[in-house]
Amino acid sequence: MSSITASVPSSKAMRSGASLRRSRRWALYASYFFLILFAIFFLAPPYYMIVTALKTDGEMAKLATNPWFIYDGVTLDQFRILLKNTDFLIYFKNTAIVTVCVVAITMVVSVLAAFALGRMRFWGSSMLATGIFLTYLVPDTLLFIPMFQIVKTLGLLNSYWGMVLVYPTLTVPFCTWIMIGYFQSIPKELDEAALIDGAGHMQMLLKIFVPVALPGIIAAMIFAFTVSWAAFVYPMAFLYSSDQQVLTVGTVTSLIRGDVYKWGMLMAGALLAAAPPLVIYAFLMDYYIAGLTAGATKG
Amino acid sequence: MADVSLRNVVKKYDEVVAVASINLEIPNHEFVVLVGPSGCGKSTTLRMIAGLEEITGGEIEIDGSVVNDLPPKDRDIAMVFQNYALYPHMTVAENMSFGLKLRKFPKAEIKARVDNAARILDITELLERRPKQLSGGQRQRVAMGRAIVRNPKVFLFDEPLSNLDAKLRVQMRTEIKRVHQKVQTTTVYVTHDQVEAMTLADRVVVMNAGKIEQIGTPNDLYHHPATRFVAGFIGSPAMNFVPATVESNGDALRVRLTDTLSFNVPESRTARYKPHVGKQVTFGLRPEHITETRGHHNGTGQEFNALLDVVEPMGMETMVYFRIAGTELCGRVEPTAAGNAGEQMALRANLDHMHLIDPATGLVL
Amino acid sequence: MADTVQTWGSTVPGKATAKPNRMQKFLRRRSTIAFLMCLPLILIIVCLVIYPAFYSIYLSMLNKAQTRFIGLGNFTFLMSRDTFWMVVQQSTIFALTAVFFKALIGLITAHLVNNLPAKGQRKWRGMLLVPWVIPLALSTLGWWWMFDPTNSAFNYTLRSLGFDGIPWLSDPYWARFSVILVNVWYGAPFFLIMYLAALKSVPEQLYEAASIDGASAWQKFVHITLPMMRNIIAITVLFSMIVTFANFDIVQIMTAGGPRNMTHMFATYAFLLGIRSGDLPLGAATSLFMFPILAIAAVFILRGVRKRGREIG
Repeated sequence: MSSITASVPSSKAMRSGASLRRSRRWALYASYFFLILFAIFFLAPPYYMIVTALKTDGEMAKLATNPWFIYDGVTLDQFRILLKNTDFLIYFKNTAIVTVCVVAITMVVSVLAAFALGRMRFWGSSMLATGIFLTYLVPDTLLFIPMFQIVKTLGLLNSYWGMVLVYPTLTVPFCTWIMIGYFQSIPKELDEAALIDGAGHMQMLLKIFVPVALPGIIAAMIFAFTVSWAAFVYPMAFLYSSDQQVLTVGTVTSLIRGDVYKWGMLMAGALLAAAPPLVIYAFLMDYYIAGLTAGATKG
Repeated sequence: MADVSLRNVVKKYDEVVAVASINLEIPNHEFVVLVGPSGCGKSTTLRMIAGLEEITGGEIEIDGSVVNDLPPKDRDIAMVFQNYALYPHMTVAENMSFGLKLRKFPKAEIKARVDNAARILDITELLERRPKQLSGGQRQRVAMGRAIVRNPKVFLFDEPLSNLDAKLRVQMRTEIKRVHQKVQTTTVYVTHDQVEAMTLADRVVVMNAGKIEQIGTPNDLYHHPATRFVAGFIGSPAMNFVPATVESNGDALRVRLTDTLSFNVPESRTARYKPHVGKQVTFGLRPEHITETRGHHNGTGQEFNALLDVVEPMGMETMVYFRIAGTELCGRVEPTAAGNAGEQMALRANLDHMHLIDPATGLVL
Repeated sequence: MADTVQTWGSTVPGKATAKPNRMQKFLRRRSTIAFLMCLPLILIIVCLVIYPAFYSIYLSMLNKAQTRFIGLGNFTFLMSRDTFWMVVQQSTIFALTAVFFKALIGLITAHLVNNLPAKGQRKWRGMLLVPWVIPLALSTLGWWWMFDPTNSAFNYTLRSLGFDGIPWLSDPYWARFSVILVNVWYGAPFFLIMYLAALKSVPEQLYEAASIDGASAWQKFVHITLPMMRNIIAITVLFSMIVTFANFDIVQIMTAGGPRNMTHMFATYAFLLGIRSGDLPLGAATSLFMFPILAIAAVFILRGVRKRGREIG
């Protein structure tokens, strides 16, 4: 008798356990199903760009074949034409110079400021921190017209050095903001220990804060890199000759000549131009995401 | 190595007084522990000695010269922090040598000092590791190592053991004591744990609300507390306090706790308590001086009966809790003699160790 | 006793004035150094943000040749133009619709990813964030090609399914749809990442406690997830509102404001007037119309971030 009463609830529990498992599994399948749909939506454009860039012009002209696939064989001709017949490499070089300079300027300016604001506190420091955050919220399209006039006055119109001057307004505030967060998360005792060990302010910054907050520094560098690599409004407004042009604007404007769009070459250009940020993202995804989410969660 | 003296040292944050006029002389080689509840100003005092906090008033002297105006690095002190504050990106050896490197010591000397300190602390095998790879106790040793290599005039410890588990804490306590005996550097040690204070200190400074309550050797504080605060703070379980009145009984004196319970004051104390006859006082007696009746025939033992509330066996002894005049008291009895909760038990108070406290001033009479 | 206190009181400050107080000097130097360290940042903000902002206001009150002060002339001129009101309308529609769908898709995908077993999440997250990583101008170029009416992906697919091709960019309403679609595609991954981070910060015990209390999955979402994420959702939405409202790349590349000016946003319209047509003051005035809307969003973001900062401690 007692064995029967004992077995009934246990078999019931087993059955509900099995159904719980089954419903969990179905929920998981449903998640995968919808995720695949979203992934198709998110990845279709880059996929289509790759397919186009690897096709011959001949195949592209055929209206009958499915454009999502390659039938006449993969070719690198589009890349060859791009690099040989256009100024693409000049744009690439210009963009690289601008980006390296902007990243360097950004890191020096924002690390110094973040150290002072995160640790040293002086008159007006909290007001300045708020100001930095508000500056970060100012979009580039709000100020590009007065900036045009300023850049023109400085004689930097149609020069990529003008970009080196104005891009930091897009990178410095956010990088400072997230570095303040990273520096503040370093325990106060660490700088007191360094103070007792005899470190000056600069030694403390370079030998303690920078190495300890290295993940933050990398995240900030990635941010500065991607922003200045992708900037579009300023070069669109300030640069017009080919030898000074940067990749984004060069690819979408200068590569288009006349009414016949050489889509294969254009896509090859867009892919090559997008490659550096994508490569950095592929290798440093965690830092990239940390930098992305830091803005709203730190501070 | 040097002596440290604090003269009328005051620390105010805006108008809030954190430390109110402290005077303390620490001779060379001494191990002094500042103890008190959190917020009593002990850490602030230590940080003022270190130079991490500005001094609002008074003077701090290290090795005969006033250091009020010196930044921390010029005071020749070393500090061990509660969370160790090891540089996470440096190895143990680099952590220990950082201060020497900044002071531009020759490489060979740095190495010799680090090796020596590592030997003292038994961390030679850990020198190439990073703090993340160390256990709590090992980090603690490294933090001490960083202080030792500097060979400073004064060691400062800020609650260095509170992040360790109970067992390790006892072990590291012994270790700190051993290191101090070896290097003999003047040490100021801050803790909120009175057991730590008692076991480590040559002299203990009990602080409360920004003031020094009493300075003395551990035994001094235990047996001759100057104030009710010290009497209650030092010792675990804490001293029992019961409101009482002093009565005269012919030539002798009596303290009356309730209408039915009073104790005769030992003859040796009569002269001391005479002026307080008829006054309200607080009667204080430690749990270990309330025992079972059998076996304790020395001293001025006086027996009484109590209804036990709670009985807590601890193994070596048993704590019994009971009430007198609404106040809970604790006694410490032989496990075999203890009664059960809810029962009457005959107890014996050893009045040789009694204290009387003026409830108005909190001073021990 | 009182005497000793007095002697101390008199000798200590006396000493302090006789000797230069090095500790005080150290602290004073410290704040000077701090200020110097901030100086490059302050210079950048003052010279390249605050000055241009005020210069913009001044510029917007000049005539086209910048020779004459015309007060609010540019603003009243703009407000008398139908195209301008169309820009206002389109910017608003664009921002509201795009942000709504970005937030929705972000929330859904974040939940889907969060449901996966822990070790698969990284891979999916990495894949779904790709649109955000490609510079917008370049991916917009790819979209433009996909929208190509005769030769390209979308219309081929539609036709092979038996539908007519759609004039994606030449019909004004389809063009509006297209630019919004691209913006949603680009921005949704950002929401995904923010929400995923927020989801991860909700303590697992809360869900366990709710399960024991008998809450269904939906109830858990409404009573635990949403309240815990409310602040970060608000910050992300407002932030995205600013960026979307001020968007330039997509419209400039795909339609340049056409057809019939129906897809113009503030930024592209200002670009057309200010840079293309060379009327800088009028362009500056157009940009400035964005300011009040952005300022309101900024104030709310700041409040949200501060609140979140306090919640985190």
